[in-house]
Amino acid sequence: MSELIDILLTTGFWAATIRIVSPLVFGTLGELICERAGVLNLGIEGIMTVGAMSGWMWVYQGGDLWGGVLFAASMGALFGLLHATFTVHLCLSQHVTGIGITLFASSLSYFVYRMLLPSATTPPKIEPFQNYPIPFLSDIPMIGEALFTQTPLTYLAILCVPVVWYVLHRTPIGLAVRMAGENPVAVEAQGINVLSVRTGAVMVGSALMAVGGAFITMSWFDAFYFGMVNGRGWICVALVIFASWKPGKALLGALLFAGLEAMQVRAQLSSGAVIPYQFFLMLPYVMSILAMIVMARKAKYPQALLVPYRRGERV
Amino acid sequence: MQIELRDHTSLLRAGMAPITAVFATLVICSALILWAGVPVLEAYALLFKGAFGSAFALKETFTRSIPLMLTGLAVAVAFRSKFYNIGAEGQLYAGALASVYFGTGLIDLPAFIMVPFLLLVGALAGGALLLVPVLLKTKLKVDEVVTTLLLNFVMLLMVSYLIEGPWRDPMAMGWPQTASIVDNGVLPALLAKGRLHAGLIVALLAAILVWAVMRFTVLGYEIKAVGFNAKAAEFSGINVNKTVIYTALISGGLAGIAGVSEVAGLKGYLTLDLSPGFGYTGVAVAMLARLHPLSVVPAALFLSAIYVGADSMSRAVNIPTYIADVLVGVSVLAILVCVMLTQYKIRFRS
Amino acid sequence: MSTLSFKQITKRFGSLTANDSITLSLGDSEIMALLGENGAGKTTLMNILFGHYVADEGSIEIDGKTLPSGSTEAAIEAGVGMVHQHFTLADNLTVIENIVLGTECLWSWRHDMTAARRKLIGMSEAYSLAIEPDALVADLSVGERQRVEIMKALYRDARILILDEPTAVLTPQETENLFITLRSLTDKGLSVIFISHKLHEILAISDHVAVLRRGKIVGTIKTVDADRNGLAEMMVGKAVTRPRLESMEPGAPILTISGLSAASSDKLPLLKGIDLTIHAHEIIGIAGVAGNGQTALADVLSGLNRQYSGILELQGKTLTDAGPSEFVARGIGRIPEDRHARGMIGDMAIWENLISEDLRSEQVSKWKTIIRKKAAIERAEHLIDSYDVRCKGPLAQTKLLSGGNIQKLILARALSPNPDFILANQPVRGLDEGAIAYVHEQLFAARKRGAAILLISEDLDELLSLCDRIAVIYQGKLSSALPTSARTVTELGLMMAGQTIQATSESEGQTNSVTRSKGEIHAN
Repeated sequence: MSELIDILLTTGFWAATIRIVSPLVFGTLGELICERAGVLNLGIEGIMTVGAMSGWMWVYQGGDLWGGVLFAASMGALFGLLHATFTVHLCLSQHVTGIGITLFASSLSYFVYRMLLPSATTPPKIEPFQNYPIPFLSDIPMIGEALFTQTPLTYLAILCVPVVWYVLHRTPIGLAVRMAGENPVAVEAQGINVLSVRTGAVMVGSALMAVGGAFITMSWFDAFYFGMVNGRGWICVALVIFASWKPGKALLGALLFAGLEAMQVRAQLSSGAVIPYQFFLMLPYVMSILAMIVMARKAKYPQALLVPYRRGERV
Repeated sequence: MQIELRDHTSLLRAGMAPITAVFATLVICSALILWAGVPVLEAYALLFKGAFGSAFALKETFTRSIPLMLTGLAVAVAFRSKFYNIGAEGQLYAGALASVYFGTGLIDLPAFIMVPFLLLVGALAGGALLLVPVLLKTKLKVDEVVTTLLLNFVMLLMVSYLIEGPWRDPMAMGWPQTASIVDNGVLPALLAKGRLHAGLIVALLAAILVWAVMRFTVLGYEIKAVGFNAKAAEFSGINVNKTVIYTALISGGLAGIAGVSEVAGLKGYLTLDLSPGFGYTGVAVAMLARLHPLSVVPAALFLSAIYVGADSMSRAVNIPTYIADVLVGVSVLAILVCVMLTQYKIRFRS
Repeated sequence: MSTLSFKQITKRFGSLTANDSITLSLGDSEIMALLGENGAGKTTLMNILFGHYVADEGSIEIDGKTLPSGSTEAAIEAGVGMVHQHFTLADNLTVIENIVLGTECLWSWRHDMTAARRKLIGMSEAYSLAIEPDALVADLSVGERQRVEIMKALYRDARILILDEPTAVLTPQETENLFITLRSLTDKGLSVIFISHKLHEILAISDHVAVLRRGKIVGTIKTVDADRNGLAEMMVGKAVTRPRLESMEPGAPILTISGLSAASSDKLPLLKGIDLTIHAHEIIGIAGVAGNGQTALADVLSGLNRQYSGILELQGKTLTDAGPSEFVARGIGRIPEDRHARGMIGDMAIWENLISEDLRSEQVSKWKTIIRKKAAIERAEHLIDSYDVRCKGPLAQTKLLSGGNIQKLILARALSPNPDFILANQPVRGLDEGAIAYVHEQLFAARKRGAAILLISEDLDELLSLCDRIAVIYQGKLSSALPTSARTVTELGLMMAGQTIQATSESEGQTNSVTRSKGEIHAN
């Protein structure tokens, strides 16, 4: 137990937590936007893989880092458009479409990777984002190193939280998005095209998810492995429910999980052979299930989540 | 663009949907084949040959289709009552673990009891694993998609732990695997040469049994009713929660049997790579079969052919084997559209 | 010059012509009523005006300019405002958020909430429509929600207001208030289109009436020149006679409800100590505005809700812990409120739906497991015949049937076992006159046979013409059930709104002491 407290007191732990939280933040915010508009996007796992591969590949092929991020985001938006076409315009099952897109997007990423790097036995590396210490703030003891000496993508992730909150709750377009997820007929009755709003939300959300994936290969590690995303997408879906569809709570939830993951690496090292490492690795998934259980009763779902909107059909 | 309900649906159109979907999939993925610099028809011909072109290929295709038939049935049954079980992968491993636990020396029974016994414990293990998400759904309204998915990861880690730790076969020269299933527990081979085993009979029997239940029994009626309109089903007196639980037990059980079949029929022991995603491919099988138990058989054969054929094709030409996974992913999306088109038409408006 | 004119509007849905060459005009400060039975095409026409649908032929002109079709935005721009029948409000958002949506440029950086609030409060005073901008819509009563809907239209400077069946969810007193509001609006120059199938309201509020039947305008008449029978005949096309109640002596008590109380999953009380006895040969009506416990009561009496306290007795034997199947087996027939959501499984065949309530009975299944398909299809054929259901046969998919035919199937399923007690919950909602008459006939026939019937309806006219006795439900409490002849519409209206009544009639000697409150009605 004292080992746990020791770990909590190291800056290394907190620095790792903030690093690990970034893809979770992007993914959760992305899914949150989709669900607020009324669309469950189960393609997240595949879209994060796409982001991871395409951002990395852009840099590997000679591009710059931010260009890679933009490229990953646009790839994500493209898959988001595919998802929206199926679920919003054709009113097909959101569950099955999401799973289909995950299967398609992941396998396409691996295929493209293999095509462009056919003979790589050890995954090649790129020069990832470097830590960028924020002047003055990074000199604060402990917090300085943990919070203000991170890569620019991490800063972007944290920044996205208040931005997404502001857009959703303080702008007209955010109101339209929220309304689309609560009562799409109300949106149409005010002269706004629900299908466009939902499609836009899904595309933006998917772009964010892809950036989350890109973070893993461009800011955290520096190579693309198969199975990189490793279920983080699904954890984000659980986190959205845990966060009651609120960006601020999403950050808190993500921090909790990131903390757990950062903890388990260190706890493994100190507990050694007593508890097998697999049980530590299980923690995030088990905790996600517990998180969903905890929030299940109180969950205030967007009322039109999973409900397709059909224009012009006889009411 | 918007969709519009058709006035009537012809049976022919409904039956053509999977074929149209397959055709669309092949056309769409030909873009990737062209990128690899291989003529499309040649590639698909190699794929076909690799799956059906020789006695060996045929045997492989059938062998690989066994777990797909079972996971396909598992997913089809669950989806019928709108219970989105994406955890077939984990349930498969649960069944595999149960078969290893009981079948590697704990008890020894004569073969004609041992084999069904292992299948039974596998089914129970798979069903028990799915019981967690289903109870969470019925009692606490927790969405089952994410819970079943997350349990897959948990299950895999559990298998990894057991294989590397307490259940490790000391005689396996350092490789992480379990001990072998006793002779009496092994599913007998169906043919003299090759890997085709009695699991095929089990899978076919399972398909027929599931079909019979869905078509003729009250339980089958209730499963369909709950899937179509749970509120109306409840009003009529159908116990929705009970029905969903039975559905889950059947679904998990079938996936568990898939695990037993792979361990006790194909490999003989359990390794971490027992399933290259059968649980997920099962979703594609179920969708292509439009959730009909009997159609699962040809759908499973088709998807198995893709994998076996792609393996062989990639040895002949330079196309990464991932093409098979891409074909599967696209086919899920394609079948969604094709089934929709049997009931609706798309109208483009300016 | 007319403010609004429809010119030969035609709209088809597949083989059904919903609007057939409709030509109408409306002037300033006028209230035009659009009358027609369910399915006549009124809502379709308004949806075309408001841009939800696009007409196949014809055009609409506002102030002489053609209205671009299919665009709600254009309609709003032209001054059209619509108060939909099913409110288009988001429960989880506030009143001001609901109203403001769409009024600002979508791409601006921030809401201008202060200006919006000022404008809203100003308009609220000008039109005397009380509004609380920061209230959550979920917390509002039905009448309050309707006010928000109206404000939404006025906020966007509507000059032509469309109201689609607005009084369906109001008490008689609230309806009066609505009419006062409408008159003040027309005094300020607005024009109103008032859609309804309620003749007395139309006669009370409108300046002229346009009657729609099967998609065509069969006549327009100045309200001063119109009378109920004439309008009814135009609406239906022939002399309308709904079946009349013949007086009958009530028989033995069939269903006794004592002290029934139930709460929602959030522990909010839905039913508070309900007492009621229904006898054979008797129809008892429950009047009330939606959301006062009708759904909870219906759920208990259908066997759907077993978490209640109190006693339910069917012919002397208690019904505790029984589910829907046992209810049916014991002789209770149920007609649910929403035939599509609860009554029938649309994707299943007709024969499958007709066996859904007694799946495990000896006639339907062997050993309670195997379905006797042949017997079931025969049953379906027989019922389709006796209840005159228009369909392609027992194997046809249920969702292809019209609303009226689906209701006939529900009646067939519920009434053919000759139940002792029948629960009819909004049985004629959304049906055309022909179907309504059929349903009422069936209920009367059952009553004649000796059944005890409980009719829950939002339509006071229906209750007054069908029931032997009427009770009023308000916030979960039930008044005593007094003979219809002793009730007046005003009295019932006041009780529906929760105001204290002096017992003016004989019988049980109980005073209807439902205490007065602010009229807060929570929607279920």
